[in-house]
Amino acid sequence: MHSIKNLLYNIADDLLIMGHRHSEWTGLGPILEEDISFSSLAQDKIGLAYQIYKILNETEKEDLPDRIAFLRNESQYRCCQFVELPNGEYDFSLIRHFLFDHAMDLRFRMFGKSNYQPLSFLSRKTAGEMKYHILHADIWIKQLGNNNEISHVRMQKAIEVAFPYSLGMFETFPFEKELIELGIYQGEQEIKISWLEKISMILKEANFNLPDPEKIKPVFGGRTGNHTGFLKPLLEEMNEVYSSDPETEW
Amino acid sequence: MSSLDPRINRLELPQIPGGEILKNQEHWITYEVFHIKKRGDHPVHVGCVHAPHPDLALVFAKEQYGRRLACVSLWVCKSSDIHAFSMEDEDMFYSAVSDEKKYRDASGFKVRDKINKFKKGNSDALV
Repeated sequence: MHSIKNLLYNIADDLLIMGHRHSEWTGLGPILEEDISFSSLAQDKIGLAYQIYKILNETEKEDLPDRIAFLRNESQYRCCQFVELPNGEYDFSLIRHFLFDHAMDLRFRMFGKSNYQPLSFLSRKTAGEMKYHILHADIWIKQLGNNNEISHVRMQKAIEVAFPYSLGMFETFPFEKELIELGIYQGEQEIKISWLEKISMILKEANFNLPDPEKIKPVFGGRTGNHTGFLKPLLEEMNEVYSSDPETEW
Repeated sequence: MSSLDPRINRLELPQIPGGEILKNQEHWITYEVFHIKKRGDHPVHVGCVHAPHPDLALVFAKEQYGRRLACVSLWVCKSSDIHAFSMEDEDMFYSAVSDEKKYRDASGFKVRDKINKFKKGNSDALV
């Protein structure tokens, strides 16, 4: 089944690249506990990406997980441009973590009802992890929204930068319709609708304004292999050790 | 004034006249963390975290104390909410364990521990 592969690559690549970006905070977090939090988020994201590459390998007869993760060309990655963007300052990283994890959580909740068994199984396995990622993000959004003017202004600005890119998470891809018809999941549009509802509610509680999605042009391209200039240097760094000798036993 | 928090001192922030910005951030509240290994277990004190409010204290506690051990829940409470005797008054408790008053030593509890341990070890056989 070719169509499911598209979906699996999209999600796994989003998780891998997001995980790598989170890991860049290791040693640099603004406080020790947050340093640990982002490092642990990174581990979870990369761990989940690995699980999906494993499905691709074992069920869909694709290459081995490590080889998929580290040996492809830039244009073969299917991650959205949103996750490629550099971490910037902590405000942007937090907002991205918030927007990304709510979408991922809703996506996986939907996969819980999928009739593609490897996905519904994975959904149950990762539910607790997702719950915590959201809790972490929500607490910080509320903390910084209601704290002082500096934190509020900086976070609001970060929301405006991140939002058009975040809509790229829901870019359609070949065979999406087929997957909906097959009962694999309900499609990107459905996830986006529940996501907008959820994040608007939390942002409102934190006194932030979400730009009107109807007036924003989403940043698409990632799902067809068109990436920002930020992905290439990331991949070079991420793949440096593995690609120096792909045949090595670890 | 230098901070009581070594993490703040490590940042070597320039001293700001009046210290207003530092004052807002330097002293978060200390929370004591209690770890619950499985349902029905007593919470066990495992350490502390610094946080501005209880919700964040729980998040920090989760990262620091809930990652390596089996855990079903964590408690946090402000250190300042704990009332304790002073260590200076340690001698008040001396008589309870002194050699002259051995009869006060609740040694029966030790037997109870052994009985419980035995029961636990043989729980399958007893059922």
